[in-house]
Amino acid sequence: MRQIAIYGKGGIGKSTTTQNTVAGLASLGKKVMIVGCDPKADSTRLILHAKAQATVMDMVRELGTVEDLELDDVLKVGYGDVKCVESGGPEPGVGCAGRGVITAINFLEENGAYTPDLDFVFYDVLGDVVCGGFAMPIRENKAEEIYIVCSGEMMAMYAANNIAKGILKYATSGKVRLGGLICNSRNTDKESNLIEALAAKLGTQMIHFVPRDNQVQRAELRRMTVIEYSPEHKQAQEYRDLAKKISENKMLVVPSPLTMDELEELLMEFGIMEAEDEEIVGVAEAASK
Amino acid sequence: MANNLGLKVKPVTETPQSEIDRVSAWINTDDYKEKNFARTSLVINPAHACQPLGAELAAHAFEGSLPFVHGSQGCASYYRSTLNRHFREPAPAVSDAMTEDGAVFGGQNNLHEALENAYTLYKPKMIAVFTSCMPEIIGDDLTAFIKNARNKGIVPKDFPVPYANTPSFNGSHVHGYDSMLLSILQTLTDGKQVEGRCTGKLNLIPGFDANTGNYREYKRILEAFGIPYTVLADISDVFDSVNDGTYRPYPGGTKLDDAADSINGKATIALGTYSTSKTFSWVKDNYSGKHAALPMPFGIAKTDAFLMKIAELFGKEVPASLKEERGRAVDLMTDAHQYIHGKKFAVYGDPDYLLGYVSFLLEMGAKPHHILCSKGTKKLEKELQALLDASPDGKESKIYINKDLWHLRSLLMTDPVDAIIGDSHGKFDARDAKIPLFRFGFPVFDRVNLHREPLVGYQGVTHMLSTICNKFIDIVDDTCDDRHFELMR
Repeated sequence: MRQIAIYGKGGIGKSTTTQNTVAGLASLGKKVMIVGCDPKADSTRLILHAKAQATVMDMVRELGTVEDLELDDVLKVGYGDVKCVESGGPEPGVGCAGRGVITAINFLEENGAYTPDLDFVFYDVLGDVVCGGFAMPIRENKAEEIYIVCSGEMMAMYAANNIAKGILKYATSGKVRLGGLICNSRNTDKESNLIEALAAKLGTQMIHFVPRDNQVQRAELRRMTVIEYSPEHKQAQEYRDLAKKISENKMLVVPSPLTMDELEELLMEFGIMEAEDEEIVGVAEAASK
Repeated sequence: MANNLGLKVKPVTETPQSEIDRVSAWINTDDYKEKNFARTSLVINPAHACQPLGAELAAHAFEGSLPFVHGSQGCASYYRSTLNRHFREPAPAVSDAMTEDGAVFGGQNNLHEALENAYTLYKPKMIAVFTSCMPEIIGDDLTAFIKNARNKGIVPKDFPVPYANTPSFNGSHVHGYDSMLLSILQTLTDGKQVEGRCTGKLNLIPGFDANTGNYREYKRILEAFGIPYTVLADISDVFDSVNDGTYRPYPGGTKLDDAADSINGKATIALGTYSTSKTFSWVKDNYSGKHAALPMPFGIAKTDAFLMKIAELFGKEVPASLKEERGRAVDLMTDAHQYIHGKKFAVYGDPDYLLGYVSFLLEMGAKPHHILCSKGTKKLEKELQALLDASPDGKESKIYINKDLWHLRSLLMTDPVDAIIGDSHGKFDARDAKIPLFRFGFPVFDRVNLHREPLVGYQGVTHMLSTICNKFIDIVDDTCDDRHFELMR
């Protein structure tokens, strides 16, 4: 069983990419489970055709204790026999979402969700690893392989580099490794080259360039993956390619994150960012005239 | 090796006796002390407790007040059992028992359900809420939770529910005490200030003090003055409740009406400036009348200052009975000085108590040689240093802030003293150093009734002095040879 965690900046398309990739793996005959690690709980809707799956923490809230919860209450099976679980969590602004992820994953482990017939477990993790709870999926004996979803936009690359820093921290004490960057294209200039260059600096690879295609949105409107909605469409082939590459990937590295200066240099090299003029820093519009 | 049943017994350790002996000797050396003091990320036997424990003491100290722990049940047991073992009295408190789901979703449901139960079952006049670590880590909003509880009708609108954030990983019991007391006073006095009204009373804020004898002593002094007073907050009857066959869940405490009216007092004195700093700075800005913050009245000079402050605030003479008491204490000091003069002490404890021990010892010509506080500040260090600088007996003293009782052990072994003043936690150090431990601090788990013997005021001087000197005389009697075993000492 390979356990894989997907990280990336919020809104970059982690859940969409994860579900389409998982559907691709399923179509290759692999047994997969998705564990959504985000209180928003939108990591499994395309596989289950559901608005929102009842999450582990929803059920805990209802029962008042995790001890009375049973696996069947929270584990649903969707397209391609993909098993789906959502950790769920509190409403925004109260409680501790990170603890919710820990509670949910502990529950899954203790109740035998990780069956030996599984080929892959995917953790779809909230954008920013803000606390220890959201790093739960990459603790010892959990995911040992991480893919970062990013695009050629500046903030997405900042985020990718930050996540690489987090991985480095865990990699020094454990087995977690970076498997590659998945470029979820936003159609920015020289995007593919840029992400390849970033990947090279991080010591990893751009494992796949997923072009932008509205077919993804059309499928999402039906709460489906492209693979299920239109298996013959070229975008479906892209996800199958990505799935195949992940399935065959042997390049697992301890990343070498960039310093802020190095990252900005790279962005300038590709014209994403202009060289900073220290003269104008902190000068208001009115004062600069 | 076989035991008395002939069964083979597994030895406790495989380490040879020679190695055990070597290490036992080594931990008494300067070499080990240096390593011990280089320690940064480990605390061994600290001499302080956590914020919520202090908060619970304040929460117990009011009429019909029920301490309420928002957080884990095990934490609540720790505060209760500590108070319970020290006073040998029940410490009834409730907890909303947050568990895994509370940690994830926040503790509002726990708090509401527990408030409803506690209000209904235990019929308190006030519920004082404070927190353990868990809700502090996840950022529970007590203000909103309690407002919501009122809006839902869980407790009546006018029922007092003061609350304090008391994270255990921050500060110590004295800070938790301060925060809880402040919240209780803010809650009870809300809207009670009346323009032009003066109760004519003195508000006395003793600070964190688990010696019920001290409270009785304060009250006796004020009664001798003939000054009406309100003690904020009074644990003496709560933790000295009578045993007459009837269990009283709320055996005493400051009356809620008196506490509410304290805002219209004639004057307020806060003692123990380290455990009442937040409370006092609020009182100073909000209470009517005059205000003063003084150190705890340990020893003659500080007791004099306390009495003269009362006399000044109320325009009264210090009563003759107290002057006579002072005279008797001073007489004892001269009678007893030969047994304590020049003796070296190691002292540790809460900041306010420490300042008290040091001035008391210096007055007696004793040397507070090692002064250790496991949760202190630069300000405390300066204040202690000023006391030492003012006396010829303080010249060789050293102050150790944020050090623990394992550090103290190294000090005792490399630079020996005659006795320790502290609490029960120092008994291991005292045993290794083969010197007496005077249990004046909190908590005392291994002796009875010590918390009823006052340490403050002239009576406190008398009590501490006779305890210390008689112990030293005992040691002479116990250890001298026959030729020196004399009737007179």
